[in-house]
Amino acid sequence: MDQAVWLTFLVGVLAATLRVATPLVWASIGEVYTERAGILNLGIEGTMFLGAFVGFAVAARASDAGFGGYLWLGLLAAMAAGVLMALLMGLLSVTLGVNQHVSGLGVTLLGIALSLFGFRLVFGESSVLPSVEPFGQFSIFGDLPIVGQVFKQYLLTYIAFLILVPVAWWVLYRSSFGLNVRAVGENPEAADAAGVDVYRTRYAALAIGGALMAVGGAFLSLAQLGAFSPGIIAGRGWVCIALVIFARWDPVRATLGALLFGAVFALQLRLQTLGFDLPFEAFLALPYLVTILALAIAGRNAPYPGAYLKPYRRE
Amino acid sequence: MRFRIERNPSPVWLRPLIPLLAIVFTMVLTSTLVLLVGANPFAAYYYFLVEPLSSRVSAIEVLVKSTPLLLTGAAVTFAFVGGYWNIGAEGQLLMGATAATAIGLQMEGVPPWLAIPLMLAGGFAAGMLWALAPALMRVKLAIDEVVTTLLLNSVAFLIVSALLNGPWRDPVSQWPQSPEIAASAIFPKLIPRTRLHLGFIIAVVVIILIWFVLTRTAFGLRMRAVGLGSDAARFAGIHVDRTLLTAALVSGGIAGLAGVNEVAGIHYHLIDAISGGNGYTGIIVATLGTLNAWGVALAAVFIGLIDTGAQSVSRALGVPSYLGGVIQAALLLVTLAFLLLQHYRIRRVR
Amino acid sequence: MSFSIASPAVEMRHITKRFGPVIANDSVDFTLERQEIHALLGENGAGKTTLMRILYGLYHADDGEIRIKGEPVTIHSPKDAIARGIGMVTQHFALAAPLSVTENVILGYTEGFRLGLPDARLRVAEAAQRFGILVDPEALVKDLSVGQRQRVEILKALYRNADVLILDEPTAVLTPQEVEQLFEGLRRLQAQGLSVVFISHKLHEVMDITDRVTVLRGGRVVGVVPTAHTTQSELARMMVGRPTYGVSKPDAARREDVLLRLENVCAEDNQGLPALKNVSLNVHAGEILGLAGVSGNGQRELAQVLEGVRSCTGGRVIANGHDITNAGPDKVMAAGVGRIPEDRHESVVAEMTVAQNMALEHLDEFVRNGMLDKRRIREHAEALIEAYQIKARPDDIIRTLSGGNMQKVILARVLERNPAVLVVAQPTRGLDVGATEYVRQKLLEQRQRGAAILLISEDLDEILELSDRIAVIYEGEIMGVVSPDVDIEHLGLLMSGVHQT
Repeated sequence: MDQAVWLTFLVGVLAATLRVATPLVWASIGEVYTERAGILNLGIEGTMFLGAFVGFAVAARASDAGFGGYLWLGLLAAMAAGVLMALLMGLLSVTLGVNQHVSGLGVTLLGIALSLFGFRLVFGESSVLPSVEPFGQFSIFGDLPIVGQVFKQYLLTYIAFLILVPVAWWVLYRSSFGLNVRAVGENPEAADAAGVDVYRTRYAALAIGGALMAVGGAFLSLAQLGAFSPGIIAGRGWVCIALVIFARWDPVRATLGALLFGAVFALQLRLQTLGFDLPFEAFLALPYLVTILALAIAGRNAPYPGAYLKPYRRE
Repeated sequence: MRFRIERNPSPVWLRPLIPLLAIVFTMVLTSTLVLLVGANPFAAYYYFLVEPLSSRVSAIEVLVKSTPLLLTGAAVTFAFVGGYWNIGAEGQLLMGATAATAIGLQMEGVPPWLAIPLMLAGGFAAGMLWALAPALMRVKLAIDEVVTTLLLNSVAFLIVSALLNGPWRDPVSQWPQSPEIAASAIFPKLIPRTRLHLGFIIAVVVIILIWFVLTRTAFGLRMRAVGLGSDAARFAGIHVDRTLLTAALVSGGIAGLAGVNEVAGIHYHLIDAISGGNGYTGIIVATLGTLNAWGVALAAVFIGLIDTGAQSVSRALGVPSYLGGVIQAALLLVTLAFLLLQHYRIRRVR
Repeated sequence: MSFSIASPAVEMRHITKRFGPVIANDSVDFTLERQEIHALLGENGAGKTTLMRILYGLYHADDGEIRIKGEPVTIHSPKDAIARGIGMVTQHFALAAPLSVTENVILGYTEGFRLGLPDARLRVAEAAQRFGILVDPEALVKDLSVGQRQRVEILKALYRNADVLILDEPTAVLTPQEVEQLFEGLRRLQAQGLSVVFISHKLHEVMDITDRVTVLRGGRVVGVVPTAHTTQSELARMMVGRPTYGVSKPDAARREDVLLRLENVCAEDNQGLPALKNVSLNVHAGEILGLAGVSGNGQRELAQVLEGVRSCTGGRVIANGHDITNAGPDKVMAAGVGRIPEDRHESVVAEMTVAQNMALEHLDEFVRNGMLDKRRIREHAEALIEAYQIKARPDDIIRTLSGGNMQKVILARVLERNPAVLVVAQPTRGLDVGATEYVRQKLLEQRQRGAAILLISEDLDEILELSDRIAVIYEGEIMGVVSPDVDIEHLGLLMSGVHQT
């Protein structure tokens, strides 16, 4: 291959890396907050799913009604749905203190089932897949060669990397709320004795997490696709679960992990279009296998939050 | 107003009623969705719960639907009782189905008495194999099996997809589905002109076996001890690692049988929707059945009924059949919450 | 109603608290004067901690009234208590280990959204200076020693402007030297205006540090006396309700044969740090060898090595003629070792029945034709319940039993097998007087029978009362083996790491 082809290839892979990583950054930072408060939210897959659906459904209806800000309205609705799912998870895991594995999975099943039910309800059984005009892409580097193309991205991608990541880091490590979150996830008895409301803090962390997860899902339906399909999330929530452990519960490391995932994913997409004769499933499976391998290597000494999976009850 | 949850064991008679209470409560909750569609909830639940049982054909169909759930429910129960959180029944089922297809395709001219046991053994082994890595990671490296079993579900799905888009793609139709397995490998029908097949008997036998192992053998009691308190079990001289490994592998094997069941009893070839989510639904069945073999049997039939009823309510009232999925998921969450009543009561505090 | 400056720091009146059928506090009155160090004395389960947890908002009283500096208050949560100037240092430190000292100190006591860590660090350092508490504000709590962590806890309370400090058994985890430092610090803080509630069951400490003593027994106040006007024996009598007398120890039963032999045993703790350093001990048949030491000096690890749940990194263990070095619990039991572990809750399966727990260690003996013989399991349990006077039925979930009855279940399942060797750790911790005496009596019976008993206990009185010889452990090393009529001060020195000369 000559240089020009390589360059196009590289630009394509880099741009796709950022794009693929975006929903993972949103959702995995959401999961970081949740888990730092001591709750494993396996409802992430269903929350992303519901976020994608609600965002799309509201945007589609608002668009039909001629409302110009339909995409933002959709995004807002998705966040609200995410918060509701998180509150449900909170009711089960914080208030009632039931097993987080099974309840999280139940929340995921519910999110998916509600979305499919809702989709049928809102859009009927039409043969044409409904769609909306999605968010557009732009580049802060304008038409500059290479960088201009690499950074031709969605606004939600820019927000994720330039605003969400630093803010999430700062809030977690430099704000009193972040300190409370870390404390209730580490030693809820200590936090309680120090006057921190363990339940409220856990609910708040869950709610923030749920909203972020839902944005991750809505990114796919409102930016990347402009449509909704049952295969839209396709296990991305599970990837985030692994990323968070891989990232040792740190928002910045989770972002790096998401970029790594994005790169692998983007690479396989490009190689596939270049006609490499490999089953594409092998590439799709790679991130899962790499994550499991990473868990096998790092997971043993992983600094799990002290109260991970443990419900708190004042005796 | 604040509520406190206090430890206080419920009377024994209440316990078997808890899943029933959960079902009723879930029905009330989900009736809001029925109203949203503009249908009458009572009519809807008639079609959900009664109509499928009103004819012989659809009643048998309920048993057909519940067959894989008996198996995945049993698989999940076996692991959960031992304290092994196997979320991977879905992937293990897919691998069992893949093995069954691989064997079934080669069974031309092999008599059924040999072909069927071979497929069952192959499916069981494949499910076990798929459960092996997470189980070893849990036992040797103390890595939470929830995440690993979960991720391997996705990998299993990709393997099936790769096979269907590659070597097993139907040469005639070019659909992503495997050729049909040999006739001798197909499960015989139990009742002519219905879909009820040998798999149902196998599932019932599996339920009886796990009941026996869990309640009547020393191994079952040891497994229970490990599940309820692994430190105490280790202290009592129980080989916790070995017990967990056994629980995980047998669970994977049973889930693999569910895959065999779908290939040899229903579809006769491999498709990527072969599981229909039965691996995950097994978790609902196990929870609703309170990790008790007979409870699991009842729960599987009940979920089979919901599955069948979802079709009839959709036909009769135009309520999207996805309502069945909503009910099942809600039922899982409500049951989890209600099961607290076994050990706790909720009290209002000043 | 007087709001004069003289109104007490804390008044609690008619405080009643029930846990199910158990009355933990029965109309308790308690008054803490200003600038007073006030002991709350009583045995385990007397209701001391419950009373103070009510004051700190961790429990809610069913009945009663609390006044702080004369003002009636309701305390819903620790937040309320803190706002009223009350601080509490519990037995299990309420610190988040991966966080820094500063973060722990300011947790729950921040203003605004910004933490402002650099400023906070300065303020914490300044407070530490002012109260004379030596601790590095930037250190991570997980890197601190137990004594340092306690200082962080005290600093945390004082940082919140506490003028009432509740200390729940603060010396249980300290060496005698650290205790002395703590007491010096408390006297200095008292001079600065602090009032202290000192929860303890150690008489000499109460005599040493406090101004007044409230004695609780069975959830009721049995007396309030100025420390200067009382004696240890009077306090002991009030605490126990009758003159203390030990179980009567029969004559020595020691034989020459060594049934438990440890040779240079080394082991690591959960963090992978060396916890046992070349421990060598011999326990003879018919002898109780007591292992004394301050909590956290390797006792737990030693017990676990002998119980078969922790591997050693060096050395050998011979029990009853079998090499059980690094053997699992099943092999250890097969060698004839009976184990009464430190943590009852980690040795019984809490959600299983009494009968199942009694059979669990030897389940193979309850199998007939490949099936569990449930009738035998039940009959076996009934027999043990009868023989050991356990207040339980075979089908009771063991979690629902009292500590004493649970300990009896564990005793029963071990002693019925007449073990050649007994490894006993903290056998009476948390038990009431009756159960304690029962357990001690049973251990002496085993000694008379000829068992070799290693008694690991942090209760020095228990060690002195039961042992034929006493080994002292400090930082994983055996400092010496002495006779039970040793000078107590000498024993204290050994426990704080001073070598025997």
